[in-house]
Amino acid sequence: MTTEPLLQATDVRKSYGRTAALDGADLTVRAGEVVAVMGPSGSGKSTLLHCLAGIVRADSGELRYRGQDLTAMSDGRRSALRRSDFGFVFQFGQLVPELTCLENVAIPLRLAGERRRAAEAKAAAWLERLEVADVAGQRPGEVSGGQGQRVAVARALVAGPRVIFADEPTGALDSLNGERVMRLLTDAAHDTGAAVVLVTHEARVAAYSDREIVVRDGKSRDTERVS
Amino acid sequence: MRGGYTWRVYTACSVGGMSIGHTLLGLLESGPRHGYDLKRAFDERFGHDRPLAYGQVYSTMARLLKNGLVEVEGIEPGGGPERKRYAITDAGITDVEAWLAQPERPEPYLQTTLYTKVVLALLTGRSAADLLDTQRAEHLRLMRELTRRKSSDDLADQLICDHALFHLEADLRWLELTAARLDQLAAAVTR
Repeated sequence: MTTEPLLQATDVRKSYGRTAALDGADLTVRAGEVVAVMGPSGSGKSTLLHCLAGIVRADSGELRYRGQDLTAMSDGRRSALRRSDFGFVFQFGQLVPELTCLENVAIPLRLAGERRRAAEAKAAAWLERLEVADVAGQRPGEVSGGQGQRVAVARALVAGPRVIFADEPTGALDSLNGERVMRLLTDAAHDTGAAVVLVTHEARVAAYSDREIVVRDGKSRDTERVS
Repeated sequence: MRGGYTWRVYTACSVGGMSIGHTLLGLLESGPRHGYDLKRAFDERFGHDRPLAYGQVYSTMARLLKNGLVEVEGIEPGGGPERKRYAITDAGITDVEAWLAQPERPEPYLQTTLYTKVVLALLTGRSAADLLDTQRAEHLRLMRELTRRKSSDDLADQLICDHALFHLEADLRWLELTAARLDQLAAAVTR
């Protein structure tokens, strides 16, 4: 691939107390590609995702998003960037239980200042696209795990992010629902041109990616970069 | 294809060897057919990228005929084996029934080649981790191919792909487990 990297991590290190979660991780993500971050439990793959997304600050190393140095940004700027450019899907949806599914999906647009009616119209279109239009008026506690994850994917995509960070998005689902979520997520990402950083320990989920990197003992080697 | 561990392995396992005879017999249960029709029906349902050779169809039918599991219901003028119209006999139906009721022997899939390579790498001071990484990439490459193929609407084909995907996933779990135990394994084999 020849396109400029969208996101680039070089020799990233992060410790929690005396435990080194990341001990020299590299990763390059280009626009529109789906990259699986694989590795056993505790290998540091989620920490890598959190550093890439600017959720936690790396101790050292370089993290660049569209040429900007993420490590030098203030917390406020990183928060703004997460809202405007990134979408997130976690293992357990993390939807707001008091809001309806439609209102949950509209959150990123409302935070960006969009009016309720316009935001909810866009949210409804995404629920339709993710084949969960029928649960729009229900609260997250009233829908199945698979439906909740598709609502979460709709929420991640609604504001047109350039990167979607998905941390074990199918970890709590059975095979059929997991596959459905992955198919819808990767199809929607390809259609909108969003890149996906997909953290998973499941090979069948990673098989939806364009390529994979493996994190082991806090280290990762990006074969894309080596070659 | 590198590695030689492709989805074809599974298709071959599910309909290979002796079971081609049973499969053709099963296809005859819905009514008599010519050899050519049988081949076409087999290829459509089970052949995919690996169609049956005509020779195989006719040699199989000759064997079934000899064993009394099929009979020739009619021969069209013109001669040649493709003109024969085969029908299943009662003995043939019993045979299909017995075959379907018999469980298949679970394949142990002992990863002997991979295991041997890992141990040899450790014994000779080469990187077993690199070997496992290369194998993982190859497995995932094939899994991507099968996952893409599953996006078609052909449910039967999706099931064949799933069968292969679950087996490849099992291999990968073994690779991960071995990768996590390399230090212990190295100590054990070099003792």
